Amino acid sequence: MDVSAERKASDGSATMGKARQAFTERMSCSGTGAGGMAGCTPHAVSADLTSEIWEKVKNHPCYSEEAHHHYARMHVAVAPVCNIQCNYCNRKYDCANESRPGVVSEKLSPEQAADKVLAVASTIPQLTVLGIAGPGDPLANPAKTFKTFELVNKVAPDIKLCLSTNGLALLDHVDAIAKCNVNHVTITINAIDPHVGARIYPWIFYKHKRHVGIDAAKILIERQLQGLGVLAARGILCKINSVMIPGINDRHLVEVNKEVKARGAFLHNIMPLISSPEHGTVFGLNGQRGPTAWELKTLQDSCEGEMKMMRHCRQCRADAVGLLGDDRRAEFTTERIAALGHKYDVEARKAYQARVENVRHAKVAATRRQLAELADCADAVKVLVAVATKGSALINEHFGHAKEFQIYELSATGAKIVGHRPVQLYCGGGYAEEDRLPTIIRAINDCHAVFVARIGGCPKAELIKAGIEPVDEYAHAFIEKSAIAWFKRYLDRVKTGEIKHVERGEAATAHASIISAA
Amino acid sequence: MPFKIVASQCTGCSACEQECPNVAISEKGGIFVVDPKKCTECIGYFDEPQCVAVCPVDNTCVLDMARPRYAS
Repeated sequence: MDVSAERKASDGSATMGKARQAFTERMSCSGTGAGGMAGCTPHAVSADLTSEIWEKVKNHPCYSEEAHHHYARMHVAVAPVCNIQCNYCNRKYDCANESRPGVVSEKLSPEQAADKVLAVASTIPQLTVLGIAGPGDPLANPAKTFKTFELVNKVAPDIKLCLSTNGLALLDHVDAIAKCNVNHVTITINAIDPHVGARIYPWIFYKHKRHVGIDAAKILIERQLQGLGVLAARGILCKINSVMIPGINDRHLVEVNKEVKARGAFLHNIMPLISSPEHGTVFGLNGQRGPTAWELKTLQDSCEGEMKMMRHCRQCRADAVGLLGDDRRAEFTTERIAALGHKYDVEARKAYQARVENVRHAKVAATRRQLAELADCADAVKVLVAVATKGSALINEHFGHAKEFQIYELSATGAKIVGHRPVQLYCGGGYAEEDRLPTIIRAINDCHAVFVARIGGCPKAELIKAGIEPVDEYAHAFIEKSAIAWFKRYLDRVKTGEIKHVERGEAATAHASIISAA
Repeated sequence: MPFKIVASQCTGCSACEQECPNVAISEKGGIFVVDPKKCTECIGYFDEPQCVAVCPVDNTCVLDMARPRYAS
């Protein structure tokens, strides 16, 4: 990078630093993330900057946790070529039932992709974002990637564009990214030390040459960090994805977090390694394990400071469609799109989204009112709870129908999402499968309660036996408001001696082992 | 000896097609094939054959031993 670019990058870091601060304040002033919309006054930063950033993230399900309850995204698989090899990726494997990055069922041309966007946006009015995330690297397929963006800009100008890259080719395409109005770029950075990088990336293809080992990692890391700086300087929001690989980069990610923060990243998303021998990846085959939910949360907690950590990522496929956690891609195969005969109605989409905004406002106000009841609570108690939801920030899923549980951490400061736990359906086709219940209980065993719209008598009894309180009295109510109300009552019950507060799950085990080691 | 692509291993990603300086690679039924008449083993263009260097699956772009080496 030349000197002027370097300077611009550092200016950008300052701007993005302010943006982050503004965002954090917006998120924290209501405790939910939509504070600015409900009359909460942001402070310490200029109102213009704050609203500019807020406009960019408020409807983006990946950049705003709060938005992910209400808005949907889609990926179009127009970018099959990749320019690096990662030990957690196997490009040969392609399964319709597999949900992880880099996997797709059908590759699309830019024209097919634009058609698909129209069809999906007409069917799912919550769709606000189109991303290109592979299955290779979007910037190793620049012609297809930018052609797709150009076509979508023309036919659906209200849809926000984003892309996800390994960053190797980022510096070559900054102008094109800005020209296409791509406002959000995700860069996957797993290491800033080439010695760590070399254990993750066996090779890169750069300037017509295959580089291996430390040399490869060094080039990649330099290009990633320079690219981040330049994009941040251009006012493009950058999210950093990092794959947490125990024993390889887990501790190192704290350093990565500091570095990307200094370079102007807006949001950091630390994701667990997905690793299984049947995926055929190097890590899968050599037995490299992924982190436990507790290890992941502990690392995320230790990185959380002025920069927001993303906790609601579902590590979706390069052809995912719909709300995070509810993939509807099967409805939109090329064949079905041709049969759909869609009409793109911008006004109807606007009207629908206005109704969504009303719900969001109501939710924020409800959370704020409920939070006031916790105002005099100085308790240091923190508990996790699991929530069955199918969206709209409501407790609106039956225990037996949940494909995942969202995990909230409750404390005196309110309710914060800290992750999600995928589970197998307990109830399949009207009858419950008894052997699945223990695996669900294991998945949420660190939670004190599980919030559901409904639950049968048998799982209810088993949950109570496992020490997890099944809560169905807040069916179809807002998640955060209900969780805070329950938490208030929990603290009251602890105070009166009706129940005793005990830590649960790995946190309790870790705590116990520290005590026994002392 | 031109290169050939081992069909059973090809992921169909098209990286090789994009890098080939001779435009010798094209798609055929979802996977990619090398036109032996056009392949120069990248001699005269690059130090290493581009299809080999960029292919995500090892030992998929290989020399076709059934044919003579390329002579510039």
